[in-house]
Amino acid sequence: MAAGTDRPRDRFYNNSKVRSIVWQAVLIICVVGVAWLLARTTAENLARARIASGFGFWNVTAGFDISQTLIEYSASASTFGRAFWVGLLNTLLVAVIGIVGATVLGFLIGIARLSNNWLVARLSTAYVELVRNLPLLLQLLFWYNAVLKTLPDIRDSLHLPLGGFLNNRGLFLPAPVGEGVGVLVWAMLAGIAGAIAVLMMWRRRPHQVRLALAPVALLLPPVAAWFLYGEPTAVEYPELGRFNIRGGIEVLPEFVALTTGLIVYTSAFVAEVVRAGLTAVPKGQVEAAASLGLRRGAALRLIVVPQAMRVIIPPLTNQYLNLTKNSSLAVAIGYPDLVQVFAGTVLNITGQAVEIVIITMGVYLVISLMTSMAMNLYDARLAMTERR
Amino acid sequence: MNIVRSLSLGIAAATALVVTASAGTLDDVKARGMLNCGSSGQLPGFSLPDAQGIWMGFDVDYCRAVAAAIFNDPTKVKFVALSSKDRFTALQSGDIDVLSRNTTWTSSRDTQLGLNFTAINYFDGQGFIVRKSIKVNSALELNDAAVCVQQGTTTELNLTDYFRANKMRVKVVAFATLDESLKAYDTGRCDSYTTDASQLYSVRLKLAKPDDHVVLPEIISKEPLGPLVRHGDDQWFDIIKWVHFALVNAEEFNITKANVDEQVKSDNPEIKRLLGTEGNYGEQLGLTKDWVVRIVKGVGNYGEVFDRNLGQGSPLKIARGINALWTKGGLQYAPPVR
Repeated sequence: MAAGTDRPRDRFYNNSKVRSIVWQAVLIICVVGVAWLLARTTAENLARARIASGFGFWNVTAGFDISQTLIEYSASASTFGRAFWVGLLNTLLVAVIGIVGATVLGFLIGIARLSNNWLVARLSTAYVELVRNLPLLLQLLFWYNAVLKTLPDIRDSLHLPLGGFLNNRGLFLPAPVGEGVGVLVWAMLAGIAGAIAVLMMWRRRPHQVRLALAPVALLLPPVAAWFLYGEPTAVEYPELGRFNIRGGIEVLPEFVALTTGLIVYTSAFVAEVVRAGLTAVPKGQVEAAASLGLRRGAALRLIVVPQAMRVIIPPLTNQYLNLTKNSSLAVAIGYPDLVQVFAGTVLNITGQAVEIVIITMGVYLVISLMTSMAMNLYDARLAMTERR
Repeated sequence: MNIVRSLSLGIAAATALVVTASAGTLDDVKARGMLNCGSSGQLPGFSLPDAQGIWMGFDVDYCRAVAAAIFNDPTKVKFVALSSKDRFTALQSGDIDVLSRNTTWTSSRDTQLGLNFTAINYFDGQGFIVRKSIKVNSALELNDAAVCVQQGTTTELNLTDYFRANKMRVKVVAFATLDESLKAYDTGRCDSYTTDASQLYSVRLKLAKPDDHVVLPEIISKEPLGPLVRHGDDQWFDIIKWVHFALVNAEEFNITKANVDEQVKSDNPEIKRLLGTEGNYGEQLGLTKDWVVRIVKGVGNYGEVFDRNLGQGSPLKIARGINALWTKGGLQYAPPVR
């Protein structure tokens, strides 16, 4: 007797799969609904209060100056959109230099913490505990004042070799000028990318070959560019004017303080990540390396670190993301990063808080996701080489 | 499963709550028993908490005057310290009821921000301060100088304009708050610090050695300062505007904190209307008949507020200048109460 349709458990709304789908659909509708409601309420309120909205401001002349610009920018001719790019590049500059510096310093200190030398191990422990237990903002203010207070006034500038100057307005170095400079910079970047590619891609070649080829890859593009463009550069020396130094490359004290602060702070966390990774490699691996006759340094480089990297990469990614986001504290010491320029001055002049904050958040999200993606790719590569 | 279900129910409940309506600002303030006032909190003379944490200053007294008019108690104000960068957002979002923070009235701020300037309570202009040691007598000699400035101000834009107009080059170093930009100037990061002239006198006192610095004679802009309110509440707009006019009118009729009780008995019809012994002009605003008496008892008249915070009664000793009453050759002029 199979009169199953009459039993309650066979009705479709009692089917657990159907219920699951229904509840999920309800959830999605609610989330989308709330988002839509928020967007609509915001737009209505802005319109009712007659607050300007939209993205028309992007092409309006900015009219304010920025102290550090990696791309061409002038208060009279450039737009708010251009100011956005200036700020973004300044943020990226700090992030990239900060990440490289924090990684190098962090690895050194992480390894030093495990050193057999008592003094080295204790000193690096003290460094980590001191640095990671003080608020970053406080450290940035410390570095900024340390930089400003210890350097001489502009009229007592330190004269550096090759015509450079150092004072509390920054570091001034001779700069290459001329039409070919742009080409040369790109050629150098291409060289760096080439050298990294040689080191990373040709893993199966013996490392003597790679080490020999890497400098070639590094130097070939700039040298080629130099000769192709017929020695395109002249050198511009910084000159001491009545108030300020004119010409040359200028490194702002705000930039130095911010990158130093971020590197020091993040390196303490990186050191702990590295130490955790190194300790995670079974002791037997080190002993096996020793029994093969490898020195301690070689064992570290060839046996321990490659295995530790798999443990290190995911938390290291977190530190990179933190560093990038922390760079927005630049606002406290007057470094013109994205938050200071765009979410600060531009927001204040245009008053369009909603649009500008959304754009700024979107930018940080994209930077962070791209950093994560790059690190995940690297992580995947490490996992694959392991299986070979 | 249960998590998903309870989440959806929670979100549905939250959706129902989003529908909110706001009463008038005056009713909100009365219901709260407290006026929320945005001010700088960093600027001696205009707004700065004293050693006991009590806020003092010209901008502060404007909020106290409003509280006095509403509650007959100038202390019923909660002050919110705002940087120049955050001030408009705080008012737009309703965190504060009125922004009284040495803010320059410009056309774009009046039209694009959803805010209204109520009145000009201080006529100011932008100037420069420099170290005496660099031997500069005029702002026109500042070509190539590094100038520290507070970010998100009209000052930042005027600075660029002025140097451009005079074909000079400038290195602008912008900071988020007054204290940071001033400290950078003090440590020698910049040759000059620029802001409204009134502030230059007040920030000079914050420098390590005030006597080593001098304010240059040039005034490079018009900076009319005054309190702001949100769009869309005309009654509240009227109240803030008329509190200023009440202060100025009180000075014009020589009604002071000390003599206000005498003046209430005056036969002068203009004084009678102002102090509410004749007519119901305060009630027309949504306040009480004796609103001006309350204000003057709370903070004094415009001249008293000025002298106590900025003028001869203060360390700043700023002259009244164009902020004198119109009857004394200045620009301060208030419409009549009638």
